[in-house]
Amino acid sequence: MNWSAFILRRLLQMIPTLLGVVLLVFFLFNWVGGDPAYLLAGKMASPEDIANIRHQLGLDRSVVYQLWVFVKQIVTGDFGLSWATREPVSHIFRTRLGPSLTLLVPMLVLETGVAVSLALLVAALRGQWLDRTLMVTSTVVMSISLLVYIIVGQYVFASLLGWFPVKGWSDDLWRNLTSYAVLPILLGLFVSVAPSLRLYRTFILDEIHQDYVRTARARGFSERRILLVHVLRNAAIPIVTNVLMGLPGLLTGAFLLERFFAIPGIGREIIMAVERSDFPVIKAATVYVAVATLLANLLADMLYRALDPRVSLEGKQDD
Amino acid sequence: MTEPVRSPGLWVLAWRRLRSDRVGLVSLVIVLFYLGVVLLSSMGWIARDWTREVGVNYAPPPFWANDQDETAKALPPPPEPATPPSLYGLTDPLGSVLADIRREYPHDLVTHDLPRRLTLPLGGDKWGHDVLTKLVKGSQTSLMVGLVSALLATALGTFLGALAGYFGGWVDDGLNWLFGVFTAIPYLLLVFAIAAVLQERGVTTLILILGLTGWTGVFRLMRAEFLKHRSREYVLAAAAMGASHARRMFVHILPNTSHVILVQLSLNVVGFIKSEVILSFLGFGVPVDVVSWGSMLNEAQNELVLGKWWQLAAAGTAMAILVTAFSMLTDALRDALDPRLQRRED
Repeated sequence: MNWSAFILRRLLQMIPTLLGVVLLVFFLFNWVGGDPAYLLAGKMASPEDIANIRHQLGLDRSVVYQLWVFVKQIVTGDFGLSWATREPVSHIFRTRLGPSLTLLVPMLVLETGVAVSLALLVAALRGQWLDRTLMVTSTVVMSISLLVYIIVGQYVFASLLGWFPVKGWSDDLWRNLTSYAVLPILLGLFVSVAPSLRLYRTFILDEIHQDYVRTARARGFSERRILLVHVLRNAAIPIVTNVLMGLPGLLTGAFLLERFFAIPGIGREIIMAVERSDFPVIKAATVYVAVATLLANLLADMLYRALDPRVSLEGKQDD
Repeated sequence: MTEPVRSPGLWVLAWRRLRSDRVGLVSLVIVLFYLGVVLLSSMGWIARDWTREVGVNYAPPPFWANDQDETAKALPPPPEPATPPSLYGLTDPLGSVLADIRREYPHDLVTHDLPRRLTLPLGGDKWGHDVLTKLVKGSQTSLMVGLVSALLATALGTFLGALAGYFGGWVDDGLNWLFGVFTAIPYLLLVFAIAAVLQERGVTTLILILGLTGWTGVFRLMRAEFLKHRSREYVLAAAAMGASHARRMFVHILPNTSHVILVQLSLNVVGFIKSEVILSFLGFGVPVDVVSWGSMLNEAQNELVLGKWWQLAAAGTAMAILVTAFSMLTDALRDALDPRLQRRED
């Protein structure tokens, strides 16, 4: 099977899942939450107001019609206006994506780099005190809530010491990267490195026990070369997959960072939407993030197959 | 006659292995201590009156008191009993509500009569609540939410996983589709969406949200387990003896997967405690009259700017200790229950 057939098949397989997501979101927002018209109309609404809003939202039409409208919204990307700010939902996402990426891309790159180098280091020194110290440290670091790091970090490094701005954002990418985004990135990095380090360490240790490493040693290669060339190349397969699979999670992981540091990104927008019961924004976010997740998974799978010649494209993937 | 030799069962062996694991044992003791505190507190034996304002506002812990905080020393004079304002012959519109409140809380919420303490063991919060009792109450909420929602999620995941793995075919396809749908949406986003829809905040709501969304991890593992076990000889033998599907699934196979369930359960407890803290911090979790680690951290955020660090330290430390102990206990359980699994720690 060639690549295009593989991609096409996987894209087709996504359709039922996406339909499920659409149904889930539709069901959640139209049935579980009760009538959104009451929410919109406020506390002192007359029955006419309610009826009026119901009509505007299309809630007086049949369920099938409402579902059809929702699907149309998703396909065209036009979710109408935000209930809270009257800003077009599509505009919200377009403008909030930039700040989110400014925060997330450096964080992802740094995290992968730091975690892989540390993992190589501790794998080389496995069993020695540095390895044990780092592993115990990362367990302790992981057990403290992200909230505590952010609260204390913001207070100590921004408010007390004044090394970084407490919060804020500008229109200038360079200024954001060198000033506003630095502390959030460092804090995010600090929290996310520990679990990745533990995971990558096991990936690398898995490889170190393989026969080819013994062969390489027998051929007289230096430990350094074995680790950096032979082992790393093989361990890269699960690492790359893991990084890609973690992409959408990273977006949501930035919820708290964006909120604390007042970064106008997607995570902060979603939290505000939940606070204000701004349903169109949450609906759009949920569906589009799900699409992004599925695409990221596909990309991870493709890379996995491209990197590892042992996995064939036909291979029935079964868990 | 010789006594028949009984070989020790899985749990006895597992307990023996756990007992020799010092880290696991210490973790177990810590977790049991927390559970004991939660039990005592939910029985109402300790920390019942956490709403009482026993200290001055922001009462510091004793060791911090002397050199810091001049404000704490200036004890506010006990306010004069206020004379009820003349109502000009009108009925007080809130009168009945206030009477209800007084009936519900017989001892005055604002304790004017008691001299307020200048220091409290772990400090006091903005209103002078004792952080120690608050911490106990908060641990109760957070741990209960974590435990109950983990039980719910694990039960749901086990049941659905059992169905999918055991029956296969269209049941498996359908449940896998459901699994795909739930995992396509990042977990926290899904939880936020549900929190947005459910307008009422409450511990039960929180448990339902976490429990009904968190089953996917258990489902995946249990499905694989049942897939593996359904064609094993003992299950085929049970089928030959006429055991029904339900009996084969839950009497024969389920006990053989109990180690997976237990490990998943304790993993879930840690995960849900973390989720609860984040949700309550953001105000989507427990209601305002319930205290949890998340709501404490929320208050602590503003207190820290004023230099009142003790509530943050208390809630953060209590959570960190429990999460560390629980994670290490999970590792120890995994090792003890599955001796074939060699830990790759070298």
